[in-house]
Amino acid sequence: MSLFLLLAKRLAYALLLIAAVQAMNFTLIRAAPGDPAEVIAGEMGGADEAVMAQIRATYGLDQPVPLQYARYIVHSLTGDLGTSYLYSRPVVDLILERLGPTVLLVATALLLAMVIGTLLGVAASRRPDSAASGVITVLSLVGYAMPVFWTGILLVLLFGKVLPILPIAGMRDVRIYGDGWVVMLDVLHHLVLPALTLSLVYLAQYSRLARASMLEVLGTDYIRTARAKGLPESSVVYKHALRNALMPVVTVAGLQFGNLISGAVLVETVFSWPGLGTLALDAILGRDYPTVLGVLTCSAALVIVANLLTDLAYRWLDPRLRGRR
Amino acid sequence: MSAFPDSAPSPDTAAAEAARSPGREAWRVFRRNKAALLGLALLGLVALVMLLGPTLYPVDPFGLASQPFTEPFTNAAVPLGSDYLGRDILAGIAVGGRATVTVGLAAAAITVLIGVTVGALAGYFQGWADELLTRLTELFQVLPSLLFAMVLVTLFSPSLTVVTLAIGAVSWTTTARLARAEFMRLRRLEYVNAVRAMGAGPLRLMLREVLPNALPPLIVSATLIVGTAILFEAGLSFLGLSDPNVMSWGLMIGANRAYILDCWWAVTFPGLAIFVTVLGVSLVGDGLNDAFNPRLHQR
Repeated sequence: MSLFLLLAKRLAYALLLIAAVQAMNFTLIRAAPGDPAEVIAGEMGGADEAVMAQIRATYGLDQPVPLQYARYIVHSLTGDLGTSYLYSRPVVDLILERLGPTVLLVATALLLAMVIGTLLGVAASRRPDSAASGVITVLSLVGYAMPVFWTGILLVLLFGKVLPILPIAGMRDVRIYGDGWVVMLDVLHHLVLPALTLSLVYLAQYSRLARASMLEVLGTDYIRTARAKGLPESSVVYKHALRNALMPVVTVAGLQFGNLISGAVLVETVFSWPGLGTLALDAILGRDYPTVLGVLTCSAALVIVANLLTDLAYRWLDPRLRGRR
Repeated sequence: MSAFPDSAPSPDTAAAEAARSPGREAWRVFRRNKAALLGLALLGLVALVMLLGPTLYPVDPFGLASQPFTEPFTNAAVPLGSDYLGRDILAGIAVGGRATVTVGLAAAAITVLIGVTVGALAGYFQGWADELLTRLTELFQVLPSLLFAMVLVTLFSPSLTVVTLAIGAVSWTTTARLARAEFMRLRRLEYVNAVRAMGAGPLRLMLREVLPNALPPLIVSATLIVGTAILFEAGLSFLGLSDPNVMSWGLMIGANRAYILDCWWAVTFPGLAIFVTVLGVSLVGDGLNDAFNPRLHQR
């Protein structure tokens, strides 16, 4: 099947999945005890019955629930996810503001974990008793067992008290302003600790996976053939073996993308990173349901996009898949 | 151990002959694994704290024990120091494990129950049931689990029961995929066909014939799920989305989050407790994996 057809098919299915996500969460929120109008009134510092009725009319809460749902779906197709109770601003604007920082954080962490993890794994597979192998064994235990928010807090302590060379909160320094490059460096400077914290868990897993799959691939016949025809060892390892050994790493990275976003919620909270995670937490604690729904929809879309990218990565790594679905 | 048995039966192989049952064989491999035994010891320590902690150190974890921000190892009244409200850290450690570990275990049980049920039905019946359940799994898989659990906990007041159910409700997808693959593989085997030919119904085939053989990988993944569920509970408490009236290790970290630079001890000790618990669980899980899948031992 051509790439175009594949993409069209996947896109149609993705839209269906997102509609299902919205339906499920919409139902859950409406089924839960509590009246959204009271939340809004609470934000305003209390209101009498007349004002409450006005609030219900403004937010469409006086309509029957199925109608509210239908309106929500139609509106969200036109890019309108409602108005936030907390910030009294369009939810879409709030999400677009916070999407960039989250994608930056998650993508950096994923890239760090995959690149360093794979390199460690390859080094360990070539010499099983090497230091790299020991590092992987320790890392994979510690990386899994340390709560990600605790790792973050320990780094905050280290760089906040002992070694103040890296910023421990926020994404920008208010004292620094200037043109593109200055801002970018400032953001990167702030990104170091959150990205490192988030990547640690996955670094451990990917290095272990890469080691296991490299060991398996290096024992296959085509590697022996490559060696027999006199290719230099580095070419055998990096050009021939690595391509196949990367497949499990890519699979797991794709499967776990949702967990990565979950981790980002915690990491963003520790480092006050202005992303979707902190927006979600504020919205959830403030019972700002339109924003909660919007963030859930957006994060589901992110996961779907990541899954699609995983599939494309597969096709690039394994040409045999290009002929198939 | 050499791959080929010696011609004369040594005491070692004789012992191996005697211990033919898979459970004993697994225990024999497990027992030789030093890391797994260390994990078991760590878990024993955690269990001891959970059972005896509040008896040996009967201090109210919510009570005012001393001046706020008392440093650890300076005041005998509060050996591990006190937090920003003057609450005793050691008292929190002693009693906080109960909530964290109980929720972790119960949530893991729910996760496995939902996951195995969904996976077994999908893998065994295939066809439209498989199609439907796979779509359902995908629906839950595209929602980041922590975000979804946060919403669930807020919608239905944050009590320990709700937290447990929420964690179970969002984390079953991996187990379901694993169980589905196992059931799909096993249902085609001849021994299952033989029992089916003898007239056994699907329920009996699934529970009595297929499930026992699907158990080893499921048990290994269940141990890891316990670890993940404990981390999950800690994460929710850290975000302030847990029962505020029940002391837990995650709650201690979350409550003191804003004061980390003033009192490192209030977040470091409970974090260490969670770390030790999850480390124990994962070491035991690795040991079980090696014991049940000897082929993978080299990895």
